[in-house]
Amino acid sequence: MNTNSNSYTILYASVMVIVVAFLLAFVSSSLKDIQNANVELDGKKQILAALNLRNSSDVAADYTKFVKQDQLMQADGTLVAYEGVFQSSYKEEMDANRFHVFVCEVEGATKYVLPVCGAGLWGPIWGYVALNEDKTTVYGAYFSHKGETPGLGADIATEKFQDQFINKEVFNGDEIALTVVKNGKVVHDHYEVDGISGGTITSVGVAHMLRDCLGVYAKFLTNK
Amino acid sequence: MSALFSKKNREVLLTPLGLNNPVTTQVLGICSALAVTVQLEPAVVMSLSVVIITALSNFVISLMRNTVPNRIRIIVQLVVVATLVTIVSEVLKAFAYDVSVQLSVYIGLIITNCILMGRLEAFAMMNRPWESFLDGIGNGLGYAKILIMVAFFRELLGAGSLFGHQIIPQAMYDAGYMNNGMMLMPPMALILCACIIWYERAKNKELQESSN
Repeated sequence: MNTNSNSYTILYASVMVIVVAFLLAFVSSSLKDIQNANVELDGKKQILAALNLRNSSDVAADYTKFVKQDQLMQADGTLVAYEGVFQSSYKEEMDANRFHVFVCEVEGATKYVLPVCGAGLWGPIWGYVALNEDKTTVYGAYFSHKGETPGLGADIATEKFQDQFINKEVFNGDEIALTVVKNGKVVHDHYEVDGISGGTITSVGVAHMLRDCLGVYAKFLTNK
Repeated sequence: MSALFSKKNREVLLTPLGLNNPVTTQVLGICSALAVTVQLEPAVVMSLSVVIITALSNFVISLMRNTVPNRIRIIVQLVVVATLVTIVSEVLKAFAYDVSVQLSVYIGLIITNCILMGRLEAFAMMNRPWESFLDGIGNGLGYAKILIMVAFFRELLGAGSLFGHQIIPQAMYDAGYMNNGMMLMPPMALILCACIIWYERAKNKELQESSN
């Protein structure tokens, strides 16, 4: 057979593309349910991480145990129950003006977990900030990223970076003050956190994310 | 069984680890060696994925080699590689979600890894499937060897840790030792690669061009 003729080449390319398309569509649709379950579980795991409950062996059970309600903040800062399904990405939710607040209970005390999202150096970054019942001190924080530089910006996903947020204040007066500053330049250590040296743009991204997203929740946070 | 691992096949498998290393001798795959070697962990994960993908794509292309029209062979190779990478990525997302989160962007980068296209063109298009499979494993491992060596030095000297665990004791820092921030920058990967090439060429006379 002449494998160099035009008709053979066109036929070969067409058959190949159709076979590959079917194969990929089949793989994608048959794995979709398992993947979605994984994404949801990962979202719950991140919320637990913000509550300093890392390394949970049964995420689904721990989530129902500690997270009492998934609620929405209204314009006046009060909360109403959220009726929809669990979301794992809060960028779209915030764009649609649905501001989630997770009401949690850890060791008998109420905690509030607020999702935050922003931009790093290479792509999106996001996280969850857990606040104590007073809504002004940080109980725990979790951050993650799509593709920040390993060893530099990607270190925002490490416990070492996130643990610095514990017991920091959200407000200075009426302003959202919780922020990340250049590595080694912390002046007000009750609301400033050391950034990552070499990961400046990602650190600034975290600072902006906190200012913008916690700012959105200001009504809720000041509503005692 | 002995025919499967004949002397020739053993050579196909093992020479990429030494004399015919894809990174240091064939100088392929340098670009990804820069991107993923700041820490050992992503380097190891990337290495494993590349071993699997080179072996499988070499195997598949070798099966198809007699039917592929010459004029579109690069496109055919690319489609096979991209399909395999996508399938591996989907399977990881379903059954090893944590690994897939860690790989994130790297898994897509594998498609652009020149080792893959280089081996498909140079080996799989004219050898039988089993040999091609071994060649893929061999070249994948050869790439892994360099990647892990470079990542070892970059993480140790740049951050004082290995696999994220602190190796250099605090006492050293107290005594004035400092991490080398240069090590975390991409150019240092090139310099380390060059040092490895230099060492291998100095050691192996066969790799040196004659001086006349």
